[in-house]
Amino acid sequence: MSARDTVLSKIRASMRVPDSDDVRRKTVAERLESTPTGVIPARAKLPKAGQVDLFCAMAEQFGATLARVSDYKAVPAEVATYLRSRNLPAEIRMGADKRLKKAGWETEKNLEIRHGASDGGDLSGVSHAMAGIAETGTLALASGQDNPTTINFLPEHHIVVLKASDIKGDMESVWAMLRKARGKGEMPRAFNLVTGPSRSGDIEQTILLGAHGPRALHVIVVE
Amino acid sequence: MELTANKFKANASKALVDAQLQKALGNVQKGFIGKRQKAADALPEFDELRDNARDIKNHVLAHLDLYLEEYERKVTAAGGHVHWAETAEDARRIVLDICQKANARTVTKGKSMITEEIALNDHLAANGIEPVETDLGEYIIQLRGEHPSHIIAPAVHLNKEQVEGDFRRVHTHLAKDRDLSEPVSLLSEAREVLRQRYFAADVGITGANFLIAETGTSVIVTNEGNGDLTQTLGKVHVVVASIEKIVPTLEDTSQILRVLARSATGQDMSVYTTFSTGPKREEDPDGPDEYHVVLLDNGRSAMLGTEYQDMLRCIRCGACMNHCPVYHAVGGHAYGSVYPGPMGAVLTPSLNGIDETGQLPNASTFCGRCESVCPMRIPLPKMMRHWREREFERNLTPAVARYGLKAWAFFAKRPKLYRLAASFGMPLLSLFGGTSRRFHSLPLAGGWTRHRDLPAPEGRTFLQAWAQREALKQEPLKQEAGQ
Repeated sequence: MSARDTVLSKIRASMRVPDSDDVRRKTVAERLESTPTGVIPARAKLPKAGQVDLFCAMAEQFGATLARVSDYKAVPAEVATYLRSRNLPAEIRMGADKRLKKAGWETEKNLEIRHGASDGGDLSGVSHAMAGIAETGTLALASGQDNPTTINFLPEHHIVVLKASDIKGDMESVWAMLRKARGKGEMPRAFNLVTGPSRSGDIEQTILLGAHGPRALHVIVVE
Repeated sequence: MELTANKFKANASKALVDAQLQKALGNVQKGFIGKRQKAADALPEFDELRDNARDIKNHVLAHLDLYLEEYERKVTAAGGHVHWAETAEDARRIVLDICQKANARTVTKGKSMITEEIALNDHLAANGIEPVETDLGEYIIQLRGEHPSHIIAPAVHLNKEQVEGDFRRVHTHLAKDRDLSEPVSLLSEAREVLRQRYFAADVGITGANFLIAETGTSVIVTNEGNGDLTQTLGKVHVVVASIEKIVPTLEDTSQILRVLARSATGQDMSVYTTFSTGPKREEDPDGPDEYHVVLLDNGRSAMLGTEYQDMLRCIRCGACMNHCPVYHAVGGHAYGSVYPGPMGAVLTPSLNGIDETGQLPNASTFCGRCESVCPMRIPLPKMMRHWREREFERNLTPAVARYGLKAWAFFAKRPKLYRLAASFGMPLLSLFGGTSRRFHSLPLAGGWTRHRDLPAPEGRTFLQAWAQREALKQEPLKQEAGQ
């Protein structure tokens, strides 16, 4: 008997259930199909404008910095301002996300843009989030050419652009977005929920920012 | 690690007089209890979420075989490989095999208790593969040749001066006169040193907080980002996870996530919650070429259908040990097992047998704080009591305790005699209590009085005090009735 069959038959023996049990199979299939939502915190149930404000407040509470701009055209200038204010070189790493590409970077003539995955040599990276979760000020980022996962973790400064209309009240609404975009049961290779900059409390339980991931997280919300 | 659970008493005695350890243990109470309470209070639905989290896991455990089949199907469909391991030895062999096929010389590791359980690092090292722990706390204790003393804060038993000493001893390529007096400089140094290791590693090994059946996804929850670098930069990503980590859907994951970080560190969400599904895809510019999941049983299937089944709901948040007065007093290493604290006192006998671990379910005052803060509502004291019963049934309880219990039972079964003995004993003890009203030492109770005083009884027995209290309660009623 394979290890797989041994483990499964041990489970069935302990639970005293047969391996062909239509009732149990039906229960499991139904749950996977219906994906019940359970308890959603009341604080996430807000009208749209309230969700955006809550997202911004929560993101700042958990250590991110925040800028709200009127449209994508304002993003390059905001990125440049951020880099200058932190005395960072005018260089960023960015994926192939069309919304970012179309923002009109030629206005920032001194800004060097490197494309593709990060090789660890970038001080600053720019990503576009798929969604924001107001409940906890959390960013949701999907892997792929548009927004390589390495940009989320290797640069010291992570700048994330987020469309205000993609801010949802709760995590469950983001699962609905994912299913709509990719089909039920399908996920990007990596899906990162990010709440604030990297931190560690491992030395004397003192919270310090910038453990292995970005030391700073800057969110640009595009209204 | 070598199991020394049955040396708990000796280990604890040493821990109580270890000044460095006692100083560090102060951080457990300071760092966790208030933060958890604040986070729980800020979410009115917290207890309702705990109920739902418990129900989700109960549902999973009742259908575990079927969810595992579904999970495996989805992982395979996403291009990943699922390996089943009945025992720790099987899991070690499977992981080594994957590493050898990848010609791995070094592997980076995200923080994972399951790889501690299967003693993976020693096995890899013995076979010429260097394991590098990347979580700051895990990295520190790896330098010291120690094991985690806490399931989410592995180096909580150390002070910053000790860490500084270790970094100076090991990082000899750095300037001798560098300033490491502040925790932030220690963190920066570890960040620099480990950065290079991620890129050099051939395989990245992580655990999993959840395995999602609906999507074939493994989830890790971290704050540092080291787990993500580990699993993104290696050519091969190996997930080691035990079978009960399954949850049905993304929605179920959300429910449990809402209680996990709040119970663990008092955060609303940990910084990074990462969902991984299969290896790098055609269009992906980064990510691992191979994605493997090792599903470990190691005694868990045998817990199903028993009085210990509820333990399989555990999500390893550490709240039970953060709130345990025994853990606060002696720290995690005294337990002499991979999993310390109340959850370890229940789980370790299941994994290693009660013969080798009988002292652990006895390392509790039954104060009940662990159960009261457990996000999955696991009845930990009840299960420790079950283990004590098993131990007693099997004659494993020490002779003194057995005779003591027998003597007590003799009186307890004869209430009149019990009351008579107590009505003589209590005034006598009260008398010997003197003016300090405390005993600094007592015959037959040295285990208690060595580290703390025993308050002297006030002279009356419990039943006498109770009778008087009831009489007082009746008094106003009588007066009212008379008026």
